Amino acid sequence: MEELFGGFSLGLFVWQAILFIALILLLKKFAWKPILDSVNDREEGIKNALESAEKAKLEMQNLQADNQKLLKEARAERESMLKDARDMKNKMIEDAKDEANEAAGKLISQAQASIEAEKKAAIAELKSQVASLSIEIAEKVVRAELSNKDKQEKLVESMLGDAKLN
Amino acid sequence: MSYGQEGHSEDHLLEGSKADKETEMKEYILHHLKDSYDFGLYSYDTDNGETKYVGFPLPVILWDGGLKLFMSSKFHHGEEVAEVGGDYYKVYHAKIYKVDGPKGTINLDEHHHATNAKPLDFSITKNVALIFMVFVILFFMFKGMAQSYKKNNNLPMGIGRILEPIVLYVRDEIAIPNIGEKHYKKYMSYLLTVFFFVWIVNLFGLTPIGMNVTNNIAVTLCLALITYIITTFSGNKNYWKHIFWMPGVPVPMKIILAPIELLGTFIKPFALMIRLYANITAGHIVLMSIIGMMFIFNNWIGSSLSFVLAFVLAILELLVAVLQAYIFTVLSALYFGMAVEEHHDEAH
Repeated sequence: MEELFGGFSLGLFVWQAILFIALILLLKKFAWKPILDSVNDREEGIKNALESAEKAKLEMQNLQADNQKLLKEARAERESMLKDARDMKNKMIEDAKDEANEAAGKLISQAQASIEAEKKAAIAELKSQVASLSIEIAEKVVRAELSNKDKQEKLVESMLGDAKLN
Repeated sequence: MSYGQEGHSEDHLLEGSKADKETEMKEYILHHLKDSYDFGLYSYDTDNGETKYVGFPLPVILWDGGLKLFMSSKFHHGEEVAEVGGDYYKVYHAKIYKVDGPKGTINLDEHHHATNAKPLDFSITKNVALIFMVFVILFFMFKGMAQSYKKNNNLPMGIGRILEPIVLYVRDEIAIPNIGEKHYKKYMSYLLTVFFFVWIVNLFGLTPIGMNVTNNIAVTLCLALITYIITTFSGNKNYWKHIFWMPGVPVPMKIILAPIELLGTFIKPFALMIRLYANITAGHIVLMSIIGMMFIFNNWIGSSLSFVLAFVLAILELLVAVLQAYIFTVLSALYFGMAVEEHHDEAH
């Protein structure tokens, strides 16, 4: 121990203390702080860049997924639109058919009714004409029949004979 | 690498017996481990037996009833007495002592310790000069790195590319796991500074020009003391409670544990100080001894074996340089982490 501290030099100690503390302070101000700050900045920058790259990748994936979804949706929509259109077409055709049938039915029944009416009118006219013709004929027949006396008497006698028989 | 300040002539090394050589080597190594007042690069002997020193002097600053400022060249590498403003100073065993006159007698007690007065010595010694150098290098290196971030959109340029992983290692592997995500930020400056300081200083110790700063107890004490002060001042209620009134143990145990825990707070930084000092010093002694063995063996088998060993050891020392910096930083972070640990459920 004596050997150890016999070599102790106060002057060296004082110089070392002064120089070393000055070195710490100077290096702190001019070197360590800027160096460590720069390194930190750079590390932060790299970290941020990596993070944002990761984020961009994720976003890209999301975007792709979105696109896929949109495409799917669009497809589904098209499908449903087509289906709707088909349905509508069918319905329209159906409706048109029904309407046409209805109209045709109406027309037919109208025609039938008018035919019936015409027929009735024709029959009525025919009847009246037949009646007047019959009357005319009867008139003529009667006139011809009753032109001489014999015949008139014969008729009356036959008629009376009929009436008796009855 | 070779530099002695008391002017041992290497003639002894060449002519003396083997035992002489060994003593010489031992002294040489111990001198090399000590601080010195001038920045010597190497020394050599001229033909007429004179030792020439290559290097440059450093300023000596003494406080001895007034400020005394002169260049270390006045000591002539410890051989002469320096006279400043009527006072005389002499270097003895790498320390400055006040002597009475130009003759420069050093009085020794029975333990061969000098009893002369020692002035307060704030000299820019070789170690202090190296700390200055490391200070400047670290400051401009990391300031430049910080500026390159600004210019280059938060990306490092040049040397920053090498340093950034180390800075991040200190943050992610030392500070955050030991202190926790919440509190680690305020300790980063200290941890980074101490890591790079100890590392660079240790590396300088392995270069031929340098001498190791961390094999001075004053330096490691200073570092450990700062760790201790930061730990103590950032200790929260939970930390102090665990020291003085350990929860979850019976009262007599609490009373026994309190002084032990309190002592523990001093032992931790003390161990930090000794660990760094001892590792670096031991490494240097071993490395230099093996280098010295090359000259002692003085035959090509032994010397070349020593060379290989020295080479391997030098590489190991490179590893130790960074390992000790790492250990110091990790343990400091661990102590800070203990001090700021939040109270959690009775898991202890």
